[in-house]
Parts: sequence; C-alpha cells; structure tokens
Amino acid sequence: MKPKAATIFTAYLLLAPALVLMLVFTFYPVLYGAYLGFTKYTAANLGSNTPPTWIGLENFRTVLSDELFRIGLVNSLKYLIIVPILQIASLAVAVLVNKQLPGMAFFRAAYYIPVITSISLAAVMWDWVFTREGLLNWLLEFFKIIDPSGSFGWLLNPNTALWAIMLVTFWRGFGYYMVLYLGGLQSIPSELEEAALLDGANAWQRFWKITVPLMRPTILLCSLLSSLAAIRVLEEILVFTNGGPLNSTYTVLMYVYQKSFGLDFDYGVASAAGLLLAVVGFVLSYINFRITREDPPKREAKA
Amino acid sequence: MKTAPVKLIGVAANYLVLSLIALFAIFPFLWTLAISITDKTVASGVSIFDFPQSLFPKAITFNNFFEVYRVFGLEKYLLNSIIISSLTVIGTLVVSAMAAYPLSKMTFPGRDLIFGAMLATLVLPSETNFIVNVLSLNKMGLLGTYWGVVIPTIATAFGIFVMRQTYVAVPDSLLEAARMDGATEFQILWRIMVPLSRPALTALGIFTLVNTWNSYFWPSVALLGADNLQPLSVAMLKLKGQFNHDSFNVAAGAMIMMIPVLVVFIAAQRLFMRGLEGAVK
Repeated sequence: MKPKAATIFTAYLLLAPALVLMLVFTFYPVLYGAYLGFTKYTAANLGSNTPPTWIGLENFRTVLSDELFRIGLVNSLKYLIIVPILQIASLAVAVLVNKQLPGMAFFRAAYYIPVITSISLAAVMWDWVFTREGLLNWLLEFFKIIDPSGSFGWLLNPNTALWAIMLVTFWRGFGYYMVLYLGGLQSIPSELEEAALLDGANAWQRFWKITVPLMRPTILLCSLLSSLAAIRVLEEILVFTNGGPLNSTYTVLMYVYQKSFGLDFDYGVASAAGLLLAVVGFVLSYINFRITREDPPKREAKA
Repeated sequence: MKTAPVKLIGVAANYLVLSLIALFAIFPFLWTLAISITDKTVASGVSIFDFPQSLFPKAITFNNFFEVYRVFGLEKYLLNSIIISSLTVIGTLVVSAMAAYPLSKMTFPGRDLIFGAMLATLVLPSETNFIVNVLSLNKMGLLGTYWGVVIPTIATAFGIFVMRQTYVAVPDSLLEAARMDGATEFQILWRIMVPLSRPALTALGIFTLVNTWNSYFWPSVALLGADNLQPLSVAMLKLKGQFNHDSFNVAAGAMIMMIPVLVVFIAAQRLFMRGLEGAVK
C-alpha cells in the first residue's frame, strides 16, 4: 500500500525539528568546516563581512610546519597510553564488582560518581591533590617514596603535568567503562568459570584465559571509544594547565581551540588542523575494525 | 575444594581491594566536603593541607556556604545552570519524542535514508564542530544567549534512538485500533506513545540533565564574552581564581554544584548502572 500524502506530510512535520537542527548544527559544521580548511577565513572576514577565499592546501602547509601543532600531535598520541591501562583496569574492576557478594551495588555506585563529576569540579578538587603541599606529595612523603625537599607541584612540572592529567582522565573514566564491561560480563556463561575453577585455575589465569578472550568484542569497542577520546582530549587540558607548562600538555584540539577562539581567530587554519585530527581518528578506527574483523577467536578451533 | 578459612581470606581480600578503589573514587568528595564545613575562623588557624587533620575538621560551620553565595553571587550562576539545563532537557525530550515516532511507526519515502544519516552522526568527527557552530550562532544573533548554548545540543541521534527503541516495542495493533477509531497521528503520539514511554523519557531526561549541568567546554565557548550568563560549571574556575587563598569558600561552591547531581544520581542509580548505551544497541 502506498502511503498517503497526508501521512508523508505528518511524518516530515514530526521529523522537521530534529532534521533542521541536525542539518544546521551537526552535518553542516562537518562539511563547511572541511571547506574552511582550504580557505583563508579569519575574524577580519567576519568584521568586513567577506566570504572565505579558497587557498588550496596553504593552511595544511602552515599547520604541518607549525612546531606547536607537532607538539600537540605528539602529546595527543602520548595520551593514548591511558587506553590500555584504563581498559584493563576497568575490566578488572567490572570482574570484581560482578561477584555475588553483598554490598556490590554500593561499590558500583561509588565507582560511577567520578563519571558524573563535571570536569571543572574535578579541576578544583584535583588541584589540591597535585599542588606542591597537596595530598599526592603528602602520601608519597608518608610512604617515604619522595623526599620532602624534592617535592614539586605536579601540574607545574613539564615532566609530570600530562601524566597528572591522565590520572584524572583515568579517575573519571574507569566507572564508565566498568558499566559497559558489566553488560558484557553478564553474558558469559557461569559454567565456564566454574569449570576453570574445578580445573584449579587461579583468579589471574581465569581473568586472562577466560574473561579477556570472551570479552574481546566489548574490549575492542571500549578501546576505540577510549582512543578517540584520548586523541581528542581538550577539556582536561583547558581546566588544569591550558597547555602549559612549556607546552608539555598542549594537544591537537588545544591547537584547534587556540587557533579558532582561544587566541588567533583564524578559522581556516583551525579547521585544517581539525581535519588532520579527523584523519588520525579515522586511522585509529580503521585499525580497530581490522582487529575486530580478522583473527576470529582461536577457541573455536580448539573446541 | 577450598577450606573455609581460605575462602574467608579471599572474601576479605576482595573487600579490601574494593574499598581501596572506592576510596580512590570518592576521596576528592570527602575531602572537599570536609573542607567546605571547616570553620576557618578558629584562632589557631587551619590549612586544608594539614594532613590528616584537614580531613576531620574539629569545628564545623556552614558559614563558607553563605559566604561564597553572597560574595561570589553564586545564585546568578546557579540560576543560569538551572535555565540552561531545563531548556536543554525539555528541548531534547520534545525533539526526540517527535522524531522517533515516524521513524518507528510510520512508512514514508526517505525513512531509511534519514535513519541512516542519523546513525552516521555517531561516527562523524564532530570534535571541531564548535568552530562552525559558533560562527553560525553569531550569524543568527544567538551567540552569547541561553538559546545559543541550548539549541545546537538538543537534537541528538542518541536521544532519538532511545525513544525509537521504546516506541518499537509498542504493539502495532494498539495503533491500528486507534487509527480505526479515527485518531490522528498526532493524537496517537501524544495520547498513546508518550504515556507508554514515560520510563524512557525519564531516563533520557535525567541523562541530559546531568550532562548539561556538568558540561564545560561548549557553554564556555558559546557564552564567550557573556560572563553573566555562564552556568556554574563554567563559573567554577572563576570561583577558584577569585578565592585562590580561601579554599574553604571554593570547596563550599563545589559542593553546591555537586549536591544536585549526587541527589539525582542516588535517586536514579539503576538507570546509570544499566548504562543507557545498552538501550541503543
């Protein structure tokens, strides 16, 4: 049966708000942003109301020869180190709270609280941890790991600032991935675990030989999400260090932000840098999908 | 078989590890809470870095809360947060509830294409969309207004999928019966679909509320130069700068921002633990 004209009209009427908003604020920015990457377009254009002028690959040349962009790219890629640590830890935590013991609901909830904490609140609280007289130094001195005379502010030291911020990313992230992993864990048949127990496998062996292989699809999905978030890290940097000290926490999106609204108001160059970042993101996704597709789990062959 | 004592030690070790992780997760809140209620006027003087005493305040007061409220003018930012969050929640619910209906229960040309395009937004690189969105808002004259912050964020594939998922579960026979009785599609949506999907609407509303309340980057960019419209999440850093030497006030301000989120979270815990992402499968 062909739908009536009135039905079609109603359908589009109901869809209209979502469609218009998505076209204007989701699709258009991707396309127009890509176009801007190939043009000269700055705050001066806005002032004189002149349209962007096509300059080909000029912006990309500017960006790629910019020392700051290179620093940003290196730092964004360095941030990927957080991914395996965060994923393994989250999976391990999920395994822990998946046990049938009383009080697990409390622990799950407690671990999720950092996830619902605004980054600006995290900045306020963690600043007190990282400062020279802060909690972290006190703990390290308490356990005699560092000497009080050698203490420093973790966010003020170019060697430690990025790692300190990664710790906050870890803190805000592990509860989130824990929930995703819990969903996957509940689909693992408990007989497998029990059989391994009877065979005398310890917790460590069960984790690496049963949980990790069976959770592979979830692990890969979470790793992808986590990797994309890592190379796109911006908010943490803005609230903690603004890219400093000595650009040691300067990331690619920080570059895009400073080029656009933070400092230079050069939308063309900022968009070009954004496009390059998108390419990095696509490469990461592609690698991830390749890993997901090929190499089916070997357990089938063995069984 | 393991003997009872060994088992007991295992369980104890489990709880020890769980508790240490819990401490890692929530110590910043406990510490901030302790600082916020510390009486800073005691003669001997107090420091927030005086461990471990600063975690267990001797004299308790709520003065820091009143002081930060009055001196910093916190009510302005609190009101901004409430306005921006309410508009965003209402907007998201209306737009999503409407758009999901034709996508789940009506047949019309272009449906699959539209649905596919919405799916695509999940993988589009959107991290630099803020550049063009600010330029667009500027052209529309909405930059530096509440609406400028709200409008670009309310139509999301996520919200539409959550609603669509619920609508799909509503039996077609129910809709057919209503259509036989002469109900229009709008009436079906309003009288049948919306009441039946109240749990999903609540879930989506709560997620949107918490996300908007906490969001930092987008409101800070969309309200560049309109400081008096900033939500609490953005003003928090200004607060930190202004009271650099009075951490007690900063902690009180932080608690004021965190408590509503905590209340919502505790009330709707199950929702978060289930992971709404699961609903979009």
